[in-house]
Amino acid sequence: MENYTLDKVQLSECVIIKSIECEKELADRIINLGLVKNSVVKPLFKSPFGDPTAFLVKNTIVALRNKDCKNIIVSPISDNMEE
Amino acid sequence: MFSRNITSDSNTISDFDYKITLAGNPNVGKSTIFNQLTGLKQHTGNWTGKTVECSSGSYIYNDKKFKVTDLPGTYSINAFSEEERLAKEFLLKEETDCIVIVADSNILERNLVLALQILSFKSKAVLCLNLSDEADKNGIHIDVDELSLNLGIPVVCTSAVKRNSLKQLKETVFDVCSGKIKCFRVNRNFENINIFDEDNRENNTFALANLSKEICSKVISKNKKSQVVSRNRKLDKILTSKITGIPIMLLLFGLLFWITAVGANYPSEWLSSLFALLKENLYTLFEYFKMPEFFTGLIIDGVYTTLTWVVSVMLPPMAIFFPLFSIIEDSGYLPRIAFNLDRFFSKFGAHGKQSLTMAMGIGCNACGVTGCRIIESPQEKKIAFLTNNFMPCNGRIPMLIALIIMFFAGSGFGFLSSLKIAAILLSIIVMCVIMTLAVSKILSMTVAKGESSSFVLELPPYRKPQIIKTIIRSILDRTVFVLARAIAVAAPAGAIIWLVANIYIGDKSVLAYCTEFFDPFGRLIGVDGVIIMAFILGFPANETVIPIIIMSYMSGGTLVEYSSYEQLLNLFTLNGWNVITAVCTAILCVLHYPCSTTCITIYKETKSIKQTLLAMAIPTLIGIVLCFITANAMRIFI
Repeated sequence: MENYTLDKVQLSECVIIKSIECEKELADRIINLGLVKNSVVKPLFKSPFGDPTAFLVKNTIVALRNKDCKNIIVSPISDNMEE
Repeated sequence: MFSRNITSDSNTISDFDYKITLAGNPNVGKSTIFNQLTGLKQHTGNWTGKTVECSSGSYIYNDKKFKVTDLPGTYSINAFSEEERLAKEFLLKEETDCIVIVADSNILERNLVLALQILSFKSKAVLCLNLSDEADKNGIHIDVDELSLNLGIPVVCTSAVKRNSLKQLKETVFDVCSGKIKCFRVNRNFENINIFDEDNRENNTFALANLSKEICSKVISKNKKSQVVSRNRKLDKILTSKITGIPIMLLLFGLLFWITAVGANYPSEWLSSLFALLKENLYTLFEYFKMPEFFTGLIIDGVYTTLTWVVSVMLPPMAIFFPLFSIIEDSGYLPRIAFNLDRFFSKFGAHGKQSLTMAMGIGCNACGVTGCRIIESPQEKKIAFLTNNFMPCNGRIPMLIALIIMFFAGSGFGFLSSLKIAAILLSIIVMCVIMTLAVSKILSMTVAKGESSSFVLELPPYRKPQIIKTIIRSILDRTVFVLARAIAVAAPAGAIIWLVANIYIGDKSVLAYCTEFFDPFGRLIGVDGVIIMAFILGFPANETVIPIIIMSYMSGGTLVEYSSYEQLLNLFTLNGWNVITAVCTAILCVLHYPCSTTCITIYKETKSIKQTLLAMAIPTLIGIVLCFITANAMRIFI
């Protein structure tokens, strides 16, 4: 399946994280919040100004800016993620 | 959020039988557990980064004395943020008999990663599955025994809002400390894992995350689709949507100010009448005992007047504002504000989280400055604490309300006039926000240059605040706080003012010399010497600025009672106040150096005198210039 980046994912579409290519410190912070390789992520809603976006990951909601999502590589999964 | 962290414990001398440490992810109810264990009242709030320091306390169970240290909530102990470094150092260096790892039962998979990190080098621990009542509602069932076997430590379910669940935790902790329960390291969990190996950090975290996932798949069963979750989603749709997100935020703050202004008016009025009555009786009493005039003046006109002003005018708005703000805080709404405004703020070189520190600043600037720790990038943090003082704190808002009532909104009683007060106050706050953003932009281009950083923030689930409990506790806290500060700062200030007003050199009082000295400068920027001096003497606490002004005017021979705003307005008008004076005083109120507590906090946070001075100079200079322009522009039209 084709890989793309997290900022391209439509709202409510579930994807699986393949790798995090952010600079080290940011990558650490993102990983700590549960966005590790193989975890499932789903964009839930956007801020009133369109950025950042809130993502559902491991039953928690984490907000990230679009520019940082550009460095998170994901691939689609077919079945819908359980909330 | 506004109570200082409790860092001291009452009993440092006596020996403790056991030392236990609380660790866990942010926002899992750790502080609540700490409070219930120790009976202390560390403030809790529903957002990440609430606890920024270690706090400690103690309790007694089975005749043994336990010392409890509450570590700041961290997502990991990889040590790249200040809090994590602190948590890691503590866990490595301090001896602990038992680590209580607090986890949110609803999000065990992520919480377990930190637990596993800790267990990779410490074995004596208890896992505390907190918020278990919420998990029940969400249909999440956790097999405690299986989890315990997988981790090698006992697991206890708690629900922090119910006091009884804590007994089991205390007992288990006791059993671990005393050796009745043996913990064991589950070695197969940690093959090839050394969490202190910096180079392998990502792989380690990945391995532990997988392990956590694996354990969770064994122990968690879900039996229904949660209604709470769908309710949360609906709320988020409304509170963060393009159309309603920002208006709701403004409405909420408008409502907050409205309730504060309206609600405070009545108790303020009652308290002032009461104090005025008491004052008459005090005079009579002092006369009866034939007290020297000097003494009567110092105690009643000096200390009593200032003290009662601070209590009657400052206390009611604070006692109303703080509980309401705490309720908003506990609900989990604040992080959404940061989320909503991040894009907007980043246009001004600031970080979305700065909106959080600004909101805290409305409560207390010192707390707002401490809160700036949640901003990771150094330059954005710098912008946040340098501009925090632009948000008028609770020591200044009552002053603004008083000015608004006297000069712009009428009596303050009645529905329309109260709406007017709230609307004017809200517009002042909005202007403060605009000012903050403008200065942030300038700072980001000058002293705090740098790339715009990232925004990584957890949005916690909405939680129903414990309204009654919060209100009662917050009012009590505030009352004690204001009274203590009134006695510590307002009373001496009153005495000093009275003294300088009544000690004469030649035929003029010392106060007259001082105010005359400042008068030309004061007139230049639309105020007078007394007001300038009040702001200077108000450095320890902004609450004292207006009482100092009153005292100074009254000592000038103008004997006016001031038990109501009308009388106060009368006193002010007699001393030459007009709309220009009121506007300029309001500007100075918002734009002058932070109070001494805030300055000390800035110094503590930055360890830099230069930064502290900068934080003092920026608002003061802007305030003076703005007053000068406003006063002279207004003079043309009035």
